[in-house]
Amino acid sequence: MLKYVSIRVISAVVTLFIVITATFFLMFLVPGGPFLSERVNQQTIDLMNRKYGLDKPLYVQYGNYLKNMLKGDLGVSYKRRGYTITEIILEKFPVSARMGGLAILTALIISVPLGILAAYKRNTPVDRVIMIISTFGMSLPSFIISVTLLYILGMWLKVLPTIGLQTPQNYIMPVIALALNPTCYIIRLMRSSMLDIQGQDYLKTARAKGLPEILVLFKHALKNAVIPVITYLGPMTTAVLTGSFVIEKIFSIPGLGKYFIDSISGRDYPMIMGTTIFFAAILIAANLIVDILYSVMDPRIQY
Amino acid sequence: MSADALDGRDHLLNIQNLHISFFTPAGEVKAVNGVSYTLRKGEVLGIVGESGSGKSVSVTALMKLLAYPGRVVDGSIWFDGKDILVQPSREMQKIRGKDISMIFQDPMTSLNPVYTIGNQLIETIRRHSAMSNSAARQRGIEMLSLVGINNPARRMRQYPHALSGGMRQRVMIAMALSCSPKLLIADEPTTSLDVTIQAQILALMKKMRQETGTAIMLITHDLGIVTELCDRVMIMYAGKIVESGSVEDIYYRTSHPYTKGLLDCLPQNSEERAPLRPIEGNPVDLLDLPKGCGFASRCDKCMKICLRETPPDFLVGDGHVSSCWLHTVQNGQDGRGNHHGNG
Repeated sequence: MLKYVSIRVISAVVTLFIVITATFFLMFLVPGGPFLSERVNQQTIDLMNRKYGLDKPLYVQYGNYLKNMLKGDLGVSYKRRGYTITEIILEKFPVSARMGGLAILTALIISVPLGILAAYKRNTPVDRVIMIISTFGMSLPSFIISVTLLYILGMWLKVLPTIGLQTPQNYIMPVIALALNPTCYIIRLMRSSMLDIQGQDYLKTARAKGLPEILVLFKHALKNAVIPVITYLGPMTTAVLTGSFVIEKIFSIPGLGKYFIDSISGRDYPMIMGTTIFFAAILIAANLIVDILYSVMDPRIQY
Repeated sequence: MSADALDGRDHLLNIQNLHISFFTPAGEVKAVNGVSYTLRKGEVLGIVGESGSGKSVSVTALMKLLAYPGRVVDGSIWFDGKDILVQPSREMQKIRGKDISMIFQDPMTSLNPVYTIGNQLIETIRRHSAMSNSAARQRGIEMLSLVGINNPARRMRQYPHALSGGMRQRVMIAMALSCSPKLLIADEPTTSLDVTIQAQILALMKKMRQETGTAIMLITHDLGIVTELCDRVMIMYAGKIVESGSVEDIYYRTSHPYTKGLLDCLPQNSEERAPLRPIEGNPVDLLDLPKGCGFASRCDKCMKICLRETPPDFLVGDGHVSSCWLHTVQNGQDGRGNHHGNG
């Protein structure tokens, strides 16, 4: 196990290096620059470029970036002046992560029992209703969900605040908007993987032992059927934790999500690199945790 | 009511006129068509038949574990003074695993792969008794050593995949007997095991029967196993019992053409290599049962009446019942006089 984890950590470093290199050069392939939108003359732009080292050849810049990164310095933002990338991530990520964490929790608490219920009541009206709703919910883009929620709960019924994250009630709408798609997806995953193991002999054994159906489903079936859901949890957690551009924008939430998009459109090179590395690192870590969870859930999987 | 049903007092199990159907989109699949039998305390009954003869379905029904869309359409099941068919599911959960327990054909898949042997054993024991966790663990370890598993304390901590097929079947038997059931249903317990392991498991079941006095219903398609273990045998075909009697009745006083066919299928252990003799034709379509005898189309002694009318049960010896029109021919019209209601 320890050997497996250390191999995975080494491969994670290699993966990160490839991600950094690819992002770095691709980023400069995109025409434009960070200071073009500043409405200043060419001379000033040249000065700014020199200040940030953007006048040097690309390979020199790449070398410098790697050198600084190894020292833990991800550079400063070109757009949010006076802040280092690390400072911005440390300030914004907890906001997105808190909201994302709540969304993941909500999604799991709702979707796993519903998926099991749908499988247990397969081909009955209960199953059909759950499936129709989850298919519908899965295909709704988050901006539609957010705007609909805002309109109904925020403006029409006026029961929930619409902006920011000041009170616990503020979390309700963005968390629903974030959680809806994963919830619906997990319901479908859970249902199909529960159906896959329906005819298994060990469930027959469990019933023949006199266990009540609830134990058969939630103890004996669930642990066997949950692997596909865990697989999906890796990338899903990463995406949800690091924040959604659309949802943060609509609910005016000061999270990390908006930096993924803004940094690219503003050619804020260090910010692009920072968010990308951060996202990749979390994704790699999440996948590693998922792989370790496999062996916890299924003792036949050994590393 | 026949004499059998009336003296049901010393009967552990009394099944009368059981009909089970599966309601599929293609139509009603009649898996069991009027099966009646009884089982005494401590008796070992073998149920023999080919795939689709209804042998597994009929015992699944008595655990009330028929899978959708299967349903008991008619008949009654009395177990230990209780009418099984009217028991609510809460009551059934108390009966399952405690009074009736079951082992299955494939030990490789019948234990849950993600829980330890100990977890699954203790779970069964604690379900049906007020034992503490450590007492249940102790009982589990005792059961494991009783079924011949060495180092049982270590096995308790292992997962099923660490054990061989024979070992797992031993664990299943230990689990099934852990609450001292009155009836053990063994659904082809040795079919998927190596021959040497088969012999071990049969010997174990024999030993357990002697030590615990549990009644056993052994479902198999292997007539060899039946002679090893059983007191009485029932031969099933197309959801009906075609012949039943003692092991000697079935082997030496074989009466029904289907049973004869089954016995002829067994490879003979003789000097000369005789070709195997299969029963020609295919099993009946349970969606569309033929009129008359279910075996008629494959029977080499088929008569006109066999295609028209279902044969009743004929008492051909003491406790030996056969359901075939041939007996009227053999015994003249007297055969009808021996007509035996329920078998």
